[in-house]
Amino acid sequence: MLIDIRALSKKYLLGAVEVLALNEISLSIERNEYVAIMGPSGSGKSTLMNIIGCLDVPTAGSYTLNGQAVASLSDDELATIRNKEIGFVFQTFNLLPRADALHNVELPLIYKGVPKAERRIIARETLEKVGLGDRMDHKPNELSGGQRQRVAIARALVNNPSIILADEPTGNLDSTTGEEIMKLFADLNAAGNTIIVVTHEEEIARKSKRIIRLRDGRIVSDEAVEHEAAV
Amino acid sequence: MIRDSFALLGEYTGMAWQSIIAHKMRSILTTLGILIGVTTIITIWTTIQGLNTYIGSVLSDIGNSVVYVEKYPWVIKGDFWKYRNRKNIGWREYEAIRRHSRLARAVTPQVVASRVAAYDDKKLERVAVLGTTETFTETGSVTPESGRFFTGADIRNKARLTVLGAQLAEELFKKSNPLGKRIRIGDLKYKVIGVLERQGDFFGQSRDNFAIVPIGTFRNVYGQQRGLQIAVLAATSAELEDLKEELRGILRQTRKVPAAEEDDFAINQMDQLTGFYEDATATLYAIIFIIAAISLLVGGIGITNIMMVSVTERTREIGLRKAVGAKKNNILSQFLMEAIALSSIGGVAGILIGLLAGSLILSLLKVTGGVDLSAIFVGFGFSAFVGVVSGFYPAYKAATMNPIDSLRYE
Repeated sequence: MLIDIRALSKKYLLGAVEVLALNEISLSIERNEYVAIMGPSGSGKSTLMNIIGCLDVPTAGSYTLNGQAVASLSDDELATIRNKEIGFVFQTFNLLPRADALHNVELPLIYKGVPKAERRIIARETLEKVGLGDRMDHKPNELSGGQRQRVAIARALVNNPSIILADEPTGNLDSTTGEEIMKLFADLNAAGNTIIVVTHEEEIARKSKRIIRLRDGRIVSDEAVEHEAAV
Repeated sequence: MIRDSFALLGEYTGMAWQSIIAHKMRSILTTLGILIGVTTIITIWTTIQGLNTYIGSVLSDIGNSVVYVEKYPWVIKGDFWKYRNRKNIGWREYEAIRRHSRLARAVTPQVVASRVAAYDDKKLERVAVLGTTETFTETGSVTPESGRFFTGADIRNKARLTVLGAQLAEELFKKSNPLGKRIRIGDLKYKVIGVLERQGDFFGQSRDNFAIVPIGTFRNVYGQQRGLQIAVLAATSAELEDLKEELRGILRQTRKVPAAEEDDFAINQMDQLTGFYEDATATLYAIIFIIAAISLLVGGIGITNIMMVSVTERTREIGLRKAVGAKKNNILSQFLMEAIALSSIGGVAGILIGLLAGSLILSLLKVTGGVDLSAIFVGFGFSAFVGVVSGFYPAYKAATMNPIDSLRYE
């Protein structure tokens, strides 16, 4: 089992008020799944994504990622786990504006301690994989939205992580480009990657193979998606 | 962890440059404070080091085992008139020292006047004429380059002979050989028997522009009442202090100074000049320290300020770096390096300007000799130190940011 979450809760203090963002959630995700996490705002989906992505730790309960108990690690230990296990894709791309595509993709490898020459090779290969072999030396402002998100996806893939964690990946894209990005995720999933997409768009969620719906910090449904015979 | 930081040093430097280049104007203005501070330090440092080396080399030429018995001390503190009313040092004192001192190896009376020197159609105004004895070679540590110095017999005979400084010989005789020629000093003619080795300049003043004549000759021509300077060479430099005590005794007795009264003569020594010089440079050092401290403090605050701005502007970048695996230490090092790079730019510019300004001052003072490059290390040290200190708080703030909040920062 890749992700094993048991009775996981997360409380926040919002001013003097205690907010229960996640209420004893249990959930498991296998390798090579393609999961969408849905829910209205305030449902706890962002909190869940942060915890799955090791950006945050739960208040109670357990989270095991790839056999490692994550709940009680220090900030630096979490950073190492993120570097190794998680590839993030954000709604706003979050590319370094002054670095070209290649350098943006290299970033996780820098913190992994990969030597420069080797980094270059891996980053090139990954950019080719997302169809940007001819845009490597372009800066983000010289790329279209869809191309930027491809760079971000290449950056997420470059460390060969256990999970690609995408937070509203099509939120800043027009629908055609959004379709292309979702196609890319489907291809990556077909190639063996585990993908978790957080979204509030039904249409996007239906591209995945399993939809987990949250409301008020609890899972209200968890079902497989029926797909018509693809392509 | 430390090893990681070293491996990533190149990365951090690259990131720092990128960020500085992206904000050229802002970076230049920020680093101005450091530039002024380092320029001040390096200019004064270079000047003092240059002077030290120069003065040290000249003073060591002059010799440290010689004391000079004179009317005035070299460094006058307090009432000048107290010294003016003293009796001159005269022949009696010279004879007394020569007879009674057991610690002196050589005792040389010296008296100086300024006269016209001429040879053929060449005429030089205000040439120093020094009357002395054969022991001047020992106390003045001079050697003839050509010809010879006076013998005891020349001195006793009050011969009309002269030995020239290298500069004077060159100006009077150009390329021709001065030995055996007769030159005019004042109203009388003297035969040149020797030319001394060149001693070089001191702050642009030639130390070779003089003519030496036997002291008896000098006193016959210019008068017996002129005050003398008596140079006394210690037998060994270890006995210098004992020699000074012995001289005091001899002089007080000769000059009949009552027991309760202080000396009415001075025993001068190179130490006094070096001491005076050291006091003066200590004050200069204190001044640089204060100016430099103030401008580096102001410069440092400027860097802290701009780094705070930089960290805030790049909150999302910091969040992203953390999301993809940067540890606290990575972020801390990145921003520290940026602060160090900023202040080093000011440092390097300050070093260059300071070295130039320092060499300019030294050349205006006619001080020869190389510029001391230790200033480079001082400049780098200061600017890197300011970089670390002023960059630490912003870098720490960046390192401890929460990745979730910083990723969402607008």
